[in-house]
Amino acid sequence: MAEKILMKGNEAIAISAIRNGVDGYFGYPITPQSEVMETLMKEKPWETTGMVVLQAESETSSINMVYGGASCGKKVMTSSSSPGVSLMCEGISYMAGAELPCVIVDVMRGGPGLGTIQPSQSDYNQIVKGGGHGDYHNIVIAPASAQDMYDFIDWGFELAFKYRNPVVVLADGIIGQMMEKVELHPMKPRRTDEEILQAAPWATTGKPATRSRNIITSLSLDADIQEEFNRKLKHKYQLIEDTEVKYSEYMCDDAEYVFVAFGCSSRICEAVVDELRAEGIKAGLLRPITLYPFLAKEIARLGRQARSMMSVELNLGQMVDDVRLAVSGSCPVYFYGRQGGNIFTPEEIVREFKKANSLE
Amino acid sequence: MSISIEEIKKPENIIYRKPALLTDTVMHYCPGCSHGTVHKIIAEVIGEMGIQDQTIGVCPVGCSVFAYNYIDIDWQEAAHGRAPALATATKRLCPDKYVFTYQGDGDLASIGTAEIIHACGRGENIVVIFINNGIYGMTGGQMAPTTLIGMKTSTTPYGRDPKLNGFPLVIADMLAHLDGTAYITRQSVHTAPAVRKAKAAIRKAFEYSQKGIGLSFVEIVSTCNSGWKMTPVDANKWMVEHMFEKYPVGDIKDVLAAK
Repeated sequence: MAEKILMKGNEAIAISAIRNGVDGYFGYPITPQSEVMETLMKEKPWETTGMVVLQAESETSSINMVYGGASCGKKVMTSSSSPGVSLMCEGISYMAGAELPCVIVDVMRGGPGLGTIQPSQSDYNQIVKGGGHGDYHNIVIAPASAQDMYDFIDWGFELAFKYRNPVVVLADGIIGQMMEKVELHPMKPRRTDEEILQAAPWATTGKPATRSRNIITSLSLDADIQEEFNRKLKHKYQLIEDTEVKYSEYMCDDAEYVFVAFGCSSRICEAVVDELRAEGIKAGLLRPITLYPFLAKEIARLGRQARSMMSVELNLGQMVDDVRLAVSGSCPVYFYGRQGGNIFTPEEIVREFKKANSLE
Repeated sequence: MSISIEEIKKPENIIYRKPALLTDTVMHYCPGCSHGTVHKIIAEVIGEMGIQDQTIGVCPVGCSVFAYNYIDIDWQEAAHGRAPALATATKRLCPDKYVFTYQGDGDLASIGTAEIIHACGRGENIVVIFINNGIYGMTGGQMAPTTLIGMKTSTTPYGRDPKLNGFPLVIADMLAHLDGTAYITRQSVHTAPAVRKAKAAIRKAFEYSQKGIGLSFVEIVSTCNSGWKMTPVDANKWMVEHMFEKYPVGDIKDVLAAK
């Protein structure tokens, strides 16, 4: 039987990185995710797998270290929280433009500005819609448990290299800080130099006489060339949208009322569905696991079946815009959220749900 | 006695040629600019050391953003000022490689000060080539941190006034104070002897980067005759008369030098 260990979501990120053959982690301390780098430093993976772990002078620098490492075809990652990720957005845009694979973990806290250090989902728009400048998408995956934190690192790198695109693991302070049992999968070795040449023939590995030089850049001064590149990205994003949508359904088959929630909110909404079902109300839950690509088709399908939908988020209402777009008017879409680091209880959501649907 | 063209072209009679690692791409640099000469000696050093397949360069944002078009090695193009962060990760993940950044004064001494200072502080085993011409070339001649007092630029049209614009940053001397730096030197490429010295300094920096003793930094005091609005000849003269006073050439630090 696989080993199960009780750990925080943040610790799961670090342990997963070591066990999944990640080559390098570059980070900067920020609450509520500092345990990621602390765990890595304590584990000293450079003595076992050879993984590089480095504390940078800023998030600006850590994302650019990720850019450098990714340019070499290495599996490199960083983690941060909302204000730190804002600083990284320049680098993320450059990586999208240079088509570099990497994994960025964002353990969201309340904003705007310095905000709070408590959990939040208020960076949905920032991360799902891009964050940095230019026409681009991050692939965004949203964990809802410590196990997800562990599993999504390997999955994230798989997607990142498949599409040569930054992947953001969009977590929140609850998932980062909560302790849960995590099942550890068998160790994966780091890639050898030969495997890197196979997986990333575009990488800056040193130019032999047998090939032309590899250049990692996002620069083009010619409008036509840039437009052609933008269209190439669009083609890639379309492929991602067609192929990689991932979600889970809970009691949706006969649902008349569908909740849509991601990350920690989806865990809370499961209890809401149970409570409503116990009262005889046919509720269901749709949990997007990928936030980009978004589960628009599934929402549209359930929107035709449901009396109403409700997007439940720890923010002022961000994903709800995408839900409404997908539903496209076929049923009412309500929103309930808490902000500032406050977390809703199932009872509170049940109350708001009934109020919105005039079921009191 | 006269010899024929055919005789002159024989390999044994060739005493100078374009370095093999300099591509045939027509350079976008202005005539008289120092970049072309510095590119040439970097290509020569990499070629003579036989390390083309072991070298990774990192370009800046600025006039030399297109350095990757001219030297035939693998290149990464960094965001403005961030080259030392890219080089840090590249060197740590590929420690057997020679890793260097090529940065101008706007890139390194203004927007990228955090990255260069901390790369030096950590003692990264990389080479940094720093082109200091006291001006932003690519954006059209604005004030740089290295612009001299009184020097006219498009954002100091009446000359740099320390009360308004502050003082020039003598970045190489600042970095020499940091324990993580192994070799700090300031050179120029305005005469043949200067080019030879600058080339020797670049070679030493590349060699030091494989010794695990810290960061090697070669500043090249350079001209920007377009930005300075001078002929190439006048720009060289002006550099010697004014730039060298604030930025004197010579070694500033060498941890392996005989005590």
